[in-house]
Amino acid sequence: MADEPIEMERLPDPHGHPPADDTSPPSHYELMALAMKELLTEQGTLTNDEIRAQLEKIDSWKPAKGAAMVARAWTDPKFRARLLDDAGEAVKEFGIDPGEVKLVCVENTDEVQNVIVCTLCSCYPRAVLGLPPDWYKSKAYRSRVVIEPREVLAEFGTEIPEDMTLRVHDSLATLRYLVLPRRPAGTEGWSEEQLAEIVTRDTMVGVANPKVPGDG
Amino acid sequence: MTTRFNPGDTVRVLLTHPPGHRRTPHYIRGKTGVVALTCGAYANPEELAYGFDGLPKKEVYKVRFAQKDVWPDYRGPDHDTVDIDIFEHWLRPA
Repeated sequence: MADEPIEMERLPDPHGHPPADDTSPPSHYELMALAMKELLTEQGTLTNDEIRAQLEKIDSWKPAKGAAMVARAWTDPKFRARLLDDAGEAVKEFGIDPGEVKLVCVENTDEVQNVIVCTLCSCYPRAVLGLPPDWYKSKAYRSRVVIEPREVLAEFGTEIPEDMTLRVHDSLATLRYLVLPRRPAGTEGWSEEQLAEIVTRDTMVGVANPKVPGDG
Repeated sequence: MTTRFNPGDTVRVLLTHPPGHRRTPHYIRGKTGVVALTCGAYANPEELAYGFDGLPKKEVYKVRFAQKDVWPDYRGPDHDTVDIDIFEHWLRPA
C-alpha cells in the first residue's frame, strides 16, 4: 500500500486515440438541458437523486422483456392473439407500462416482413426493447430504410424475396412498434426460455430474423 | 366512437409546409394512401411542443402507402409499403 499518491505522468497517447471523455464544447441543446436540470433542482421540483434514479431505470430496460413476450406468443396462441389485438394491454401481463403511446405488434409471416424506423427522430418501443442502438438513431438508417429498405436489410444480412411484401413502419407520433418475428423451423418442443434466447433486439426491429444456432 | 375516416378509406396527406414542430414527414405530404387502422385520439404533439395542453385530442390513423407511389424510382416490388401514423388534421378524403 502506498502512503502517498503516485504522480502519474500524462503521456501522449501513442495510438492517437481520442480522449475517453468528450471535451468538445456543449451544444446549444446540451446547455439548454443542463440549464433546465439546474432550474428544476434549484426549485426543488426534482432532486438530483430522482434524476439519477430515473436514468438508472431507463438503462435497466432491456430487449429481454420483448424477447420473453415473443417466446410466449410463439407458444401460447391466446397470448399471441392478445398481443396482436392490443399490444399495449398485453404487455401489462409482463409488468410493462407502455406509457402515453399506442404500442402495436406487427407480425412477420411467410408473406410479410415488417421493419420499424422513426424518420423524424428516434421513436422506439423503449418499454419493451430498452434503449435503441446507435444505428437506429443514425441519419443513414432513418433516411435509407424508407427509400431503399431491401438494400438496407441486405446490408444487415437479411435478404427479402421479391414475392414477399416488405412493410416499413415509420413510427412518428403516437405509435410504437414491436415486430413479432417468425418462429424458425427446428425449434419444435423448445421451452419459452430457449426460444427467448434466439429473439434478439434486431429481430424485434425487423432488420433480422431469428436463427437456430448452428443453422447458418 | 365514430371517426372521420375508417380502415379502407383512401386519404390524401396535405401538401403544405407550415413552420413549427410537425410530426408529418415531408416525404409523405401530398401522397395518397389507405387507412389501415384507427389508433384512437391523442394530445396533439404540434401543440404540446410549445407548452400547450394539446387538447382537444385528435384522431390518429395508421395510413398505408405503396412505396411506388411515394418514391417514383423505388426499386423494390409493387407490393412493398410504408405505414405512417398521421393525425387527422393532416388528412383529406381522396
